[in-house]
Amino acid sequence: MATDLLACTHRGDFPVLDQKVNGSPLVYLDNAASTQHPACVIDEIARYYREDHANVHRGIHALSSRATKLYEDARACAARFLGADSNDSIIFTRGTTEGINLVASSWGTEHLGPGDIILITEMEHHANLIPWQMAARRTGATLQYLPVHGDEGIIDWSLLDRRFKGSPVRLLAFTHVSNSLGCINPVSQICAEARRNGVITLVDAAQSAGHAPVNVQELGCDFLVFSGHKCCGPTGIGVLYGNPELLADLAPYQFGGEMISSVTYESAQWKSGPHRFEAGTPHIAGAVGLATALDYLDKIGRPAIQTSDHHLGRLAYERLSTLPGMRILGPKTERAGIVSFQLGTIHAHDLVAYADQFGIAMRGGHHCNQPLMRKLGLHATARASFYFYNTESEIDRLVDVLHRASRYFGV
Amino acid sequence: MEIDELYQTIILDHSKRPRNFGELPAPARKGEGYNPSCGDEIAVFVGESSSGTIEQIKFTGQACAICMASTSLMTIQVKGKSIAEALALKRTFIDFLMQEAAPATGLGNLQALGGVKKFPQRLKCATLGWHALEGAFKGRM
Ligand SMILES: Cc1ncc(COP(=O)(O)O)c(C=O)c1O
Repeated sequence: MATDLLACTHRGDFPVLDQKVNGSPLVYLDNAASTQHPACVIDEIARYYREDHANVHRGIHALSSRATKLYEDARACAARFLGADSNDSIIFTRGTTEGINLVASSWGTEHLGPGDIILITEMEHHANLIPWQMAARRTGATLQYLPVHGDEGIIDWSLLDRRFKGSPVRLLAFTHVSNSLGCINPVSQICAEARRNGVITLVDAAQSAGHAPVNVQELGCDFLVFSGHKCCGPTGIGVLYGNPELLADLAPYQFGGEMISSVTYESAQWKSGPHRFEAGTPHIAGAVGLATALDYLDKIGRPAIQTSDHHLGRLAYERLSTLPGMRILGPKTERAGIVSFQLGTIHAHDLVAYADQFGIAMRGGHHCNQPLMRKLGLHATARASFYFYNTESEIDRLVDVLHRASRYFGV
Repeated sequence: MEIDELYQTIILDHSKRPRNFGELPAPARKGEGYNPSCGDEIAVFVGESSSGTIEQIKFTGQACAICMASTSLMTIQVKGKSIAEALALKRTFIDFLMQEAAPATGLGNLQALGGVKKFPQRLKCATLGWHALEGAFKGRM
């Protein structure tokens, strides 16, 4: 493919990338933690505050109806983005973490009990692990794990059917793309298997929604969550998609304004639809900014973004592999643009601090995958994660700086 | 480069060849430090003399260069001191890292960690071993 195809045309959309850090041009490779914002998103948020802001669903006046329209248009935009049938299946949250907590709390409390099994994988982010630990504790259900094998992070999904048939699994929650291994799980296959066995599925799409086509109809999942700030949108806003049948009889998660249809001093009745799960004044500007981001991504085209991601991920894997003492996590091929690694005996913190001196922004740590890191015998790894605005020459700069780091720390 | 102030030669040396690295058997006291943001952990073992001074001190752990060097240098600096003196040194060291004009009295080679002042996100790394040391005396003071 023509190299840097998307960066050539779209890097300029991101004002923050045009700066020097510690005297060198910024190389932003921390996209798995949070992506940057195109000017159109920044501008739209500012425009909203300058021209349209008021509270939603409450006022009769002009600004309130404009804000309400923008907020509900954003919901429609998110529904389109995920290929959802109905806007009512889109709930705005603070992000992936809150979306999972909402399901674990509302769905979990109602549908889980002693003897039931919650199945997750060993590669889940803490956000898709701890809520289930807590749900299990609360309901008497048992939390079980699908094992991850080796540095490549392989899960034998063919065992799923036996697992489902052998025990009362009620829910399977798993990540689409691992934020530390960079592997891509076969979501539609997994969800089809689950559906055949009457198992509810939750897909953590934090690392995939902004990076590849994600269509809830095609994936066949019951719940899917993602965060705005990992796909060019603002922080503090995210989306929970819920299968409308499941949402219909789900109890609210929090209680207050915006979510009731009538209240007396004795009791209250919930609104139907997604508003039931959005107690209190929502992050309106966040939703507006998110919608702009999602439209922006779809204008570029998620298939093209996916191709670019995979290209950069594969290239980074190949070039990093040439460094002496390099250990890279995740699969060699079929990988997303997330590359975690250990270079010799250099601690990830030292490596990341060193790279920062050359303007390279990476992550060092356990990436909220502590049990997985422990299983792999690692404390921390460095992680370079890419987005479509990154270039091949940035990978070259990374490799160059890692060579220097090897000499500096004397591995 | 600014990074050279952080990773001074003595720090790289102590991180690669930490002094007093290892464990002490019971009845030595053991304290642990854990940094949840990166998973680093340090265990410090202290053997006291009959008069209550730190007669022996060792440490184990998995951590970054700053943390390893700081802990290694700490073990050298506090050996032979009373517990109260060691804890006073901890305070001096932390003040030295956090305050612009704080005195470095008694810090010796630990002053090499002064580069941390410019990298406040590494403060936790530089102090982890010291928290483990204090932990070893919990219930004792
Ligand atoms: C796979 C995965 N799940 C969940 C999360 C949590 O996302 P957030 O912090 O936006 O709620 C992240 C982000 O770090 C992630 O990578």
